[in-house]
Amino acid sequence: MVKITFITSDEEKIVLEGTTGSVMELAVEHNVKGIDGNCGGVCSCATCHVHVRPEDMLKTGAASEIETDMLELDDNADEYSRLCCQIEISDSIDGVVLKVAK
Amino acid sequence: MQNSELPDPFEKAREASGIGYLNDQNDPVKMLLRHKDVRKTAHDYKTFQSAAIPGRIVIPSEVNIRKTRQIPFELDPPIHGLYRALVEPWFKRPLQEDYTAELNQQITSLVDATLEKDSVEIINDFALVLQSRALTLLLNIPFEEAETWISWGTHVFRSEDSDLDADKANILYDYIDVQIEKAIRTPGEDLYSMLLASEVHGKKLTKEEVKGVMVLTFAGGRDTVINAITNAIAYLAEHQDSLERFRKEPEIIGKAVEEMIRYFSPLTQMGRIVTEDTQVCEHAMKADSRVSLCWASANRDSAVFENPNEIIIDRKVNPHVGFGFSHHNCLGATHARQIMRILLSTLAEKVASIEVFDFKENIEDLQDFQRKVGYDFLYAKLNPLTK
Ligand code: HEM
Ligand code: FES
Repeated sequence: MVKITFITSDEEKIVLEGTTGSVMELAVEHNVKGIDGNCGGVCSCATCHVHVRPEDMLKTGAASEIETDMLELDDNADEYSRLCCQIEISDSIDGVVLKVAK
Repeated sequence: MQNSELPDPFEKAREASGIGYLNDQNDPVKMLLRHKDVRKTAHDYKTFQSAAIPGRIVIPSEVNIRKTRQIPFELDPPIHGLYRALVEPWFKRPLQEDYTAELNQQITSLVDATLEKDSVEIINDFALVLQSRALTLLLNIPFEEAETWISWGTHVFRSEDSDLDADKANILYDYIDVQIEKAIRTPGEDLYSMLLASEVHGKKLTKEEVKGVMVLTFAGGRDTVINAITNAIAYLAEHQDSLERFRKEPEIIGKAVEEMIRYFSPLTQMGRIVTEDTQVCEHAMKADSRVSLCWASANRDSAVFENPNEIIIDRKVNPHVGFGFSHHNCLGATHARQIMRILLSTLAEKVASIEVFDFKENIEDLQDFQRKVGYDFLYAKLNPLTK
């Protein structure tokens, strides 16, 4: 089981466990507020935007070019931004903390 | 070429200059054809506004046929956001279980009825019926109301002879006026009543504002959904293997829907008004002129999509702009996506193959560009899956 922590925009802390699929799917399944995943994870809607805790960036890796092109036009994006439909759940991301973007 | 293909008429212009030209009722339009320019321009609401004279950002322009401002579509941030926030939760209802269950039931019974017939005209007797019935769920009004909308025919604003048919628009406007009056007399749980009870800046929405939301809900979700459904049927007729894949791997259906929206791009383009002299991809844009965000062209941009002219039914990364981009992204997308997902899974469950007998392509005439958007008619038969 891989543990992932979400912090919503009203500072609620939600700890979830998953094994496969994307982080977005896990969040949507558990109704994490602010993660809608409208496009089902194909990188078209940006409703799965999170800020990765800086020290966890090594675990998740940086955003891909497709993501950064999209995030560039999001006023709330920063260097820790990811579209979490593009983060696969695996042992390597165990313990990460993700702040749901506004 | 296969019948279900939608060729990309923009490729040459997109690669050569990135711009297309269109003269529409003496109010010319510079069409932005590249994915990057379309997204950037959609995001920059200050230089490229939506809150112009009502009807002017639509192509062909509707300035001469309506005065009602469509909301939230013809507003800019920050006011846009206030109205959008009012309606957004309502337009997310398609995610609720009871909504999906009812939609599923509607689509199942329509597909079952269609399987009984030897030949069906897909636009009028399938897509229009499906779209109209589904809209009763979105508006939260009785199912029977769909009969009225079906009787209007496929195009709310368009008719056979002219693109802009004021008489047809009036049918819709007059109808909505009557419905608003009804909701004022006897408020219910429907969208009209919800809007009438809503406030922006502590003030109740006016009748004209309510009308502006409702007109958009009817008009924006009609041809687009009908074209998406019809094109999907035409595609599946030639790709029986995709039905088979949906049966074996239902988890790809969500991706298939996004890919169809990219490839079909049911809404070709939408305009903006330039507020100050500026440049887009090295082309000068004059204040008070019109540009368009050409979603259909952006969705075939080879700088972003590999094999852009092919439907890759499980395309994994697909940053399409078929539902728009940024502030004005499609409010009806949740509803439209649910319709398409349920339609594909129902067809996979019940249909072995689809035969097309006869069809006529619907070609949108954009002067330098002739774009197939769908069909004027499509006669087909659904063959049942025998287990
Ligand atoms: C496959 C079907 C559909 C497609 C391809 C589509 C496409 C689009 C696009 C490209 C935009 C952006 C326009 C812009 O930026 O100016 C948009 C906006 C909008 N659409 Fe859709 N649409 C579809 C279905 C629907 C449905 C079913 C409804 C409602 C019943 C709807 C209601 C709206 C509204 C209200 C807006 C304006 C949102 C705003 O300005 O904030 N659409 N749509
Ligand atoms: S879910 Fe749409 S971009 Fe991630």
